[in-house]
Amino acid sequence: MSTVVAVELWLGVTLYAVLGGADFGAGFWDLVAGGAERGARPRALIDRAISPVWEANHVWLIFILVVLWTGFPAAFAAIGSTLFVPLALAALGIVLRGSGFALRHVAGSLGVRRVLGAAFALSSVLTPLFMGTVVGAVASGRVPANGSGDRLTSWCNGMSLLVGVLSVATCAYVAATFLIADARRAGDAELERYFRRRAIGAAVVAGALAAAGLVVLHDDARYVYHGLTSGALGLVIVSAVCGAGAVAMLLRGDAVWARPLAVGAVVAVVWGWGVAQRPYLLPTSLKIDAGAAPHATLVALVIVLGVAVLVIGPAMALLFTLHQRSVLDD
Amino acid sequence: MGSPSLLAVSSQLLPAREQMAFTLGFHIVLASMGVAFPAITLLANYRGLRRGDETALTLAQRWSKVMAVLFAVGAVTGTVLSFEFGLLWPGLMKRYGEMFGIGFAIEGLFFFTEAIFIAIYIYGWKRLRPWPHFWTGVPAVIAGIGGALSVVSANSWLNQPAGFKAAADGHVISVQPLDVIFNRATPYEVPHMVLAAYMVAGFLIASVYAVGMLRGRHDRYHRLGFLIPFTVAAIATPLQLFVGDTAARAIAKDQPVKFAAMEYVQSTQTHAPEYLGGIYHNGKVTGGIRIPGLDSLLVGFSTDTKVTGWNSVAPKDRPPSPTLLHLAFDAMVGIGSLLLLLGAWLAFSWWRRRELPRTIWFLRAAAVAGVGAVVALECGWIVTEVGRQPWTVYRLLRTENAVTGATGIWFSLAVVLVLYTALGVATVIALRAMARRWREGDAEDDEVPYGPPAGALP
Repeated sequence: MSTVVAVELWLGVTLYAVLGGADFGAGFWDLVAGGAERGARPRALIDRAISPVWEANHVWLIFILVVLWTGFPAAFAAIGSTLFVPLALAALGIVLRGSGFALRHVAGSLGVRRVLGAAFALSSVLTPLFMGTVVGAVASGRVPANGSGDRLTSWCNGMSLLVGVLSVATCAYVAATFLIADARRAGDAELERYFRRRAIGAAVVAGALAAAGLVVLHDDARYVYHGLTSGALGLVIVSAVCGAGAVAMLLRGDAVWARPLAVGAVVAVVWGWGVAQRPYLLPTSLKIDAGAAPHATLVALVIVLGVAVLVIGPAMALLFTLHQRSVLDD
Repeated sequence: MGSPSLLAVSSQLLPAREQMAFTLGFHIVLASMGVAFPAITLLANYRGLRRGDETALTLAQRWSKVMAVLFAVGAVTGTVLSFEFGLLWPGLMKRYGEMFGIGFAIEGLFFFTEAIFIAIYIYGWKRLRPWPHFWTGVPAVIAGIGGALSVVSANSWLNQPAGFKAAADGHVISVQPLDVIFNRATPYEVPHMVLAAYMVAGFLIASVYAVGMLRGRHDRYHRLGFLIPFTVAAIATPLQLFVGDTAARAIAKDQPVKFAAMEYVQSTQTHAPEYLGGIYHNGKVTGGIRIPGLDSLLVGFSTDTKVTGWNSVAPKDRPPSPTLLHLAFDAMVGIGSLLLLLGAWLAFSWWRRRELPRTIWFLRAAAVAGVGAVVALECGWIVTEVGRQPWTVYRLLRTENAVTGATGIWFSLAVVLVLYTALGVATVIALRAMARRWREGDAEDDEVPYGPPAGALP
């Protein structure tokens, strides 16, 4: 049963990485869109693309936190203790991102909107960066089960920071492939090209970082490296093929196929990480079954997942469908 | 004992408690709006569609835009609380996360539902047909209530932990989730908070229009904008006083020491007096009004009822500052009673003349009722949370054992204070800017991100 809940946790991570990640990535493109005049059109598109959906996508993070602390309380406590700093900074970023985005819509003057917009865009980059360092710290075995890991070096090291930067690049990559479709729906060929160029750029950077990550893992995180090159090798290959395929599609100008391929590349990485660190939740000090809550709690979490599939799934599909048909325009 | 590590833990206890109190106190106002605002908006929407009332529709549409802002800020401040459970209270999560989390997991489902349908509702005004659009808001109302129920049941579990078996070392070996959710405190704490949310949202929204009318805007728009939320809150208030009274009696039984501090009961006694106000210092209550026997009467319907005093437990097991708890409790009950009178005033006037009371004092009272309801809400949380101290999980886990070993919480507290103050100010400024634009008539100004000059939009 603990494995089922671990899979549930990873499902949450996957959905957050793709959907939440695309929203953070949109913030990245907002940040680098240039001055007020030049960046106006991409910013307006970004705004329309994420306005109705970002809060629903954000709930996956809460889902992850709750499943982690309910299903694996010891791991949650250990991560919270050791990684206090990056988690606190990520929480700060979440507040600035969400409130900056919501308030800039309604703020009065241009100056205020600019400040709020900057808060939104900048924290859209910093939040996935710090979350990435958390992932890097866990994957490289720097979070011991008793939570006594070093409060600075566990996340402020080459390996963790690399994963942080990789997660920013991945967010940007996924977001750009999504925004191509949004630009097409808006009938804006120029913006379509704009985001296609950026999607290709981000894909190349993310791919290079992922490759570099494998090299660093080899020296720094033997357990996960071993997993990635044995049990999870298939997923690593799937991710590489999807990533390369997405770039090929983007170069050909085929945005329809680029999107699922980009998503596939991210999903394969997330599951590759999970499979690679099996049977550990915190390599190599806490195993999934050892850190799990009592049986009845795990059953309750699986029931919650079942309800989520039955209720949240269709509701989410409705939201996305309405959004893609431009019904949810203000 | 008395080692450096023990000292280090206790030095983080105060800032950690302050940070939790401040972030929860901030979020609870937004959460209340998230729970009750959709229902109030839908009432206006329903009236607008049913009777072809354009004013009501305008109100509903504008409220949904305000709701969008408050919901977003509430979503992120709520996320901060989830982080804080791990950052500030790893000792709680490590030992009891498997129980404490069950209510939150269910709340997650409700919050998901609310976030999805509120987005459809808020952004669906233009392109959805009117009645289907109305119905997309209904799941958000139900999910708001369901979410409040489940998350408050997690808090009530801290007050009345139940539904598990632990080994001798405290390690939890089995859990009965239903007993965790429906613990002894659930039946009174949960409805108390849902009603509080409706009171806060109703009185707060109504107070905005009361202020508008005080400034001379006596149009139908302001009257309706006042009456809909005010009526909701006025209906919730008498129910709330009944639930609150029941809760206080239950707490006298379930958490007698908390109750003793709330009512200044030092030693166990019959004919316990009730104090209205007053400050406790060194065994004496100064100031305030002392009513002999009333506390016993309220607890057991007879002055012979024995009320447990805080002397029944060792000093280290008593909550800090009876004065804070007592005054917070009195303030909550006092404000609640005044709000009851305010609602009755409108009801009387409406019954006689189908009109708001004529005197300006009614509007003045209604204008401060919103802030009053918020103060009562905060006081209630002070009573339940500070009153449970020194326990995080009642009689099982002391707060000093729940707190993090991380250092630097004073720093994170300072950051949180600055950030949240700025956030609160920015939210109020943004809402006022919206209101101003609506008054000036460019009601449907397009909301564009910062930066672009008007002509550059695609």
